[in-house]
Amino acid sequence: MIRFLLRRLAFALLLVIAVSSAALLLTRLAPGDLTSELGPRARPEDVARARERFDLNRNPLAQLGGWAARAARLDFGDSFLYDRPVSPLIRRAAGNTAVLAATALAIATFLGIPLGVVTGSRSSALAACIRGASLVCLSIPPLLASLLLVFLASRTGWLPSGGMTSVAAIDAGWPAWLLDVARHLPLPALALALPLAATFERLQAQAMTETIHQPFVVAALARGVTWRRLLIDHAWRPSLRSMCAIYGLAIGALLSGSFVVEYVTAWPGLGRLMYEALRARDIYLVAGCAAMGGIFLAFGSLVSDLLLFAADPRVREGSGK
Amino acid sequence: MRSWKWEATAGRALLILVVFVAVAAPWLAPNPPDRQFDAYLYAPPTRIHGTYFYPLRLISRLERRFEEVRERPVSVRWFGAGHLVSSAGPNDPLLLLGADSYGRDIFSRLVYGSRASLGLAALATLATMIFGAVVGGIAGYAGGAIDEILSRFSDFVLVLPAIYVVLALRAVMPLVLPPGQVFALLVGIFALVSWPVVARGVRGIIASEREREYVTAGRAAGASPMRLLAVHLMPAARGYLTTQATLLLPAFILAEATLSYVGLGFPTSVPTWGTMLYDASNVALVGEAPWMLAPAAAIFLVVLAVNLVVQGSGRPPLVR
Repeated sequence: MIRFLLRRLAFALLLVIAVSSAALLLTRLAPGDLTSELGPRARPEDVARARERFDLNRNPLAQLGGWAARAARLDFGDSFLYDRPVSPLIRRAAGNTAVLAATALAIATFLGIPLGVVTGSRSSALAACIRGASLVCLSIPPLLASLLLVFLASRTGWLPSGGMTSVAAIDAGWPAWLLDVARHLPLPALALALPLAATFERLQAQAMTETIHQPFVVAALARGVTWRRLLIDHAWRPSLRSMCAIYGLAIGALLSGSFVVEYVTAWPGLGRLMYEALRARDIYLVAGCAAMGGIFLAFGSLVSDLLLFAADPRVREGSGK
Repeated sequence: MRSWKWEATAGRALLILVVFVAVAAPWLAPNPPDRQFDAYLYAPPTRIHGTYFYPLRLISRLERRFEEVRERPVSVRWFGAGHLVSSAGPNDPLLLLGADSYGRDIFSRLVYGSRASLGLAALATLATMIFGAVVGGIAGYAGGAIDEILSRFSDFVLVLPAIYVVLALRAVMPLVLPPGQVFALLVGIFALVSWPVVARGVRGIIASEREREYVTAGRAAGASPMRLLAVHLMPAARGYLTTQATLLLPAFILAEATLSYVGLGFPTSVPTWGTMLYDASNVALVGEAPWMLAPAAAIFLVVLAVNLVVQGSGRPPLVR
């Protein structure tokens, strides 16, 4: 167990380092740099000062080395766009993305898995309806889902169609602020959650159908176990194993999806920040965002491994994998 | 368990329809895709009354309100002038799905846009397949260090969320490029990001297949490794490659749409489903002009078609 965790941690570290270094080098080697944000009429001394401040005069590898040395001491450099240190910017954006992704994951789990158990274990009119709905949701990826929901919101006025807070709520004290965020959250979270819920439903249904035909389930049925107990204790628990493996991938899907959702619904998250940084060639902000994305990914695959550990005794008792 | 064969059939029929639309675009589109009808900004879809329709007159530019000119019906021409359906009046456009912010015909743009969107996706899929099959085939056949490096690398790439890699690669290129270069660049980027997935699968198939007797027999008969790989081993991966192609195609269509939507894809003058969505991105307007979302419906149809095919074949859906 300890060895396994250490190996995962080493992989996580490698992932974060590789992703952020690649992002930094890529931004550095791209044509143009952040000084073009100063405009065509910028004074040469301003341009020179900006290039000096962001190490653009040094060669790319020296810049990467310098950045890595400072990053090891948790100094991730400054953002040019926002003219302040990168860390607090990324912390806030990552927090917003985490709230969005966690909500979406919760919705997808509590919607997709029970429905998948239903559709996977019987064939009724209800199951066919869920199946059809799920196929439709599966075909509305986050880009389309968020556009559709924004359209519906702007048409009906039930929910605010974008942003995370209203202007009025910023100074209104934290209970009002929290309530306001809670009103803005459902739209992007649903846009992100619906296709994922459909994926969960389909996979759970398939895993369920497969387990239900296993000899041990048939044996339990022959012993006279009730249908409900059979479904939950005998068929559902083993089928969870394949679901756990999906959770690791789901984090990647959530991160990918959250970029478009954040963009369309103006949710101030990591994806949006990364996009702004990339466009402006804001080099240290790009590297910082990439590092944070790497942490999210590593965290996702770790959680998925631990879930697998908990759900499948064969993995637990396996030779210290 | 019930079989769901009709789903696969319906999915295939939808895909064939979409390809037909792309091929027959000039015949299906009533108007040129870039013609701007200045009096028709944000005009709603034309209502056809059998063989004629009423042209629209702008009442209020601010509120974008139109009214039908009842006293001057314009006849609808079927199978005339090289179009399936068109308007008899040269200045009274037939707008089946309304007009966009420049007064361009959305239906015609949608139909022409399918060429760029589908063409890009198809070409990128082809490039990914070829590159992935070659690298995966070599790794699977050769084994050893090459195999090890490739497997590690593709494991790593598979972890990354593809859209961020695509976004980063596109964003570090010059932001403004002519359409032809954007097309080539996007094909390159899409193939670069997705080949490891294909290579990994092909590698697995080839590695297990090369232990079979027919390969030994071929080798004994004097076939070169290249010939063995290309002629004898690759057919074993055909099923896998077909599956991958059906999954990559909608993913690439979406990737183009996403990039164009955030302003990193094609210039907005080129009609693609992505640039059309970009035109629709003004939230306030979309509420009043829902026909601007037509490209979203087109993308939905393609993704639905592929999901139907995948569902009908009994495979699990992909986590995207």
